[in-house]
Amino acid sequence: MTRQHVRRLTLFMLLAPFLLWILLMIVLPHLGIFALSLREKVAPLVYTIGPKNYLDFLREPIYWNTLLRTASISILVTALTFLVGFPIAYYIAKIAGRRVKGALFLACLIPLWVSDLVRAYGWMILLRETGVVSSVLQWTGIVDGPVELLYNDATVVVGLVYTVVLFMIVPLASTLEGMDDSLIEAGYNLGGSGFTVMRRIVIPYAMPGIVAGSIIVFMLTAGSYLTPILLGGKNSMWFTEQIYEQFITRFNWESGATFGILLLLFTSLTVWLGLRLSGQSLATTVARSEA
Amino acid sequence: MAYDLECERVRKRFGAFVAVDGVSFRIPRGSFFSILGPSGCGKTTLLRMIAGFETPSEGDILIKGRSVLALPPNRRNVKLVFQHLALFPMMNVEENIAYGLRCKGMAKGEIARRTADVLERVGLPDARRKDIGQLSGGQKQRIAIARCMVLDPDVLLLDEPLGALDLKLREHMKIELKMLQSRFGTTFLYITHDQSEALVMSDRVAVMNDGRFEQVGEPRELYHHPKTAFVAGFVGDSNRWPGRVLDRDPAGMRVETRSGLIFIADVTDGGIGKGDAVDVFVRPESIAVTRGEGAGGQDASGETNRRTGRIEGVLFNGANTRILVRTSTGDQIEADLPQGGAEANLGNGDPVTLTWKRTGAKCFARAGGTQAR
Repeated sequence: MTRQHVRRLTLFMLLAPFLLWILLMIVLPHLGIFALSLREKVAPLVYTIGPKNYLDFLREPIYWNTLLRTASISILVTALTFLVGFPIAYYIAKIAGRRVKGALFLACLIPLWVSDLVRAYGWMILLRETGVVSSVLQWTGIVDGPVELLYNDATVVVGLVYTVVLFMIVPLASTLEGMDDSLIEAGYNLGGSGFTVMRRIVIPYAMPGIVAGSIIVFMLTAGSYLTPILLGGKNSMWFTEQIYEQFITRFNWESGATFGILLLLFTSLTVWLGLRLSGQSLATTVARSEA
Repeated sequence: MAYDLECERVRKRFGAFVAVDGVSFRIPRGSFFSILGPSGCGKTTLLRMIAGFETPSEGDILIKGRSVLALPPNRRNVKLVFQHLALFPMMNVEENIAYGLRCKGMAKGEIARRTADVLERVGLPDARRKDIGQLSGGQKQRIAIARCMVLDPDVLLLDEPLGALDLKLREHMKIELKMLQSRFGTTFLYITHDQSEALVMSDRVAVMNDGRFEQVGEPRELYHHPKTAFVAGFVGDSNRWPGRVLDRDPAGMRVETRSGLIFIADVTDGGIGKGDAVDVFVRPESIAVTRGEGAGGQDASGETNRRTGRIEGVLFNGANTRILVRTSTGDQIEADLPQGGAEANLGNGDPVTLTWKRTGAKCFARAGGTQAR
């Protein structure tokens, strides 16, 4: 074997686990789901291929309304996550001292040690009719009777922001960390106000981090299941809930697969639009936010 | 005389550490003033106080005669060229220059006119649409200066902006900066640790050490008449010997080094007396080199010092040649060879005689902690 052969073999061996993962865990299942979504049931155990499942989706307003609702709340959650996460990331990257920085990052990571489920139940203990917040409000006399704070959209949004905010903070903080402080000082020195420096220097510089964080947060939110169901109740109208229902409750795998493909297409389209609007490309975003 | 910048007994403490210790100076309008000092001497802190990024613990800073201590950085009309320039990477050249004008709320047409004008003046009229990454080191330098000059500052502060450039470009930019300064007529305050930058460009130089100004003067004056041991050691190259005063008279003094060399040296400090510990500084170019051992031994009487020794090393530098001579007493002396002549081809091991006048040897009281190269 020549050296070139050895080198090629080494490269192949190194790449193999990654390629296998992509192929077996991502490409194959999605091809399967896609094939399933094109299957039409004509009689028991008799199937043909056709777009009926997709047409059903369009014919039934409750389905595409749920999808639009999921997408718009996810966009709202992404925007709120940015508003909450940016000051925290800025503080961690630019203002906090070296030691505080580590402690703050750790504080951000601690919630990840507890499962999603337990965290959602934590919110329920706080917010339900007999929960902590309701009891305190009654005890202080601000309200007369018990208040139900669960099972509305605001609670779902707050719960989702809480779940995903870390995924905004980390890419933002690492982008801001790479920014030379003298850029900010130059912004002031040349006559900029605090607002101008933020708008014209810090935010444009952090754009790749903002876009990276937003993509992660949007995808996680749109694909989340536990938080909307537990905090929003049975009527939260989240699209993943529809998928679950088709697969598990109605045993209609063809329709469930169709919804799955539609969710993937719709979120990808939203991300693509977001990238176009912010003038970023996926490649630069990923490269810059990692640096 | 009108002063663009005045500092009055400015002090800055960080906890127990005093970074700037009671510095006072005035810069006349339109001049090129440098602060020269080793890293950690407090020059950057001083600059940051003038720009408004730090607040002095004591003292006052005046720009055009008015105190600016109460003004935040964005309201002071002093602009700073940062050490690494800090050009905004997400903006192109034109946007970088227009940034400050837009902060002032100037009309679009006027901004375009002034931007084009300043680019013309720094010699880069075609760079408007270029990205920062497309510029060479020297062009970035000029854009950083243009970005400040377009705002017509009272004082332009420069924080070692040539440090990152390679040698050839640095030499070129020294001249360029000096030319730009005289073309714009703006007061420049330049800080550096590189003595050649300070000497070449400045009208006046302040040598700073441990938070204080050691000496302020014209480059020539600092070089030829240093007032302290630190200045003598830091500005230019020098041979430096620690020693002790044997005796003194009005004309000069005789100093004996630890190894037993005896010098006659000029008195620069009236306070030095017999038995005091001193440092003697002799510049390599004030030592005359002749071939051969001559009378041999050493002589330190009258007006001239004379030593003999053998060459240990020859450092050829193009414009001049420096030799390292080991004397019979074991001391090492650096001396410059004259261009051409019989001595130009001296080599290792050759015996030479070194002579220098009393006035070429400066003698300072040795201060505790004073450092020199």
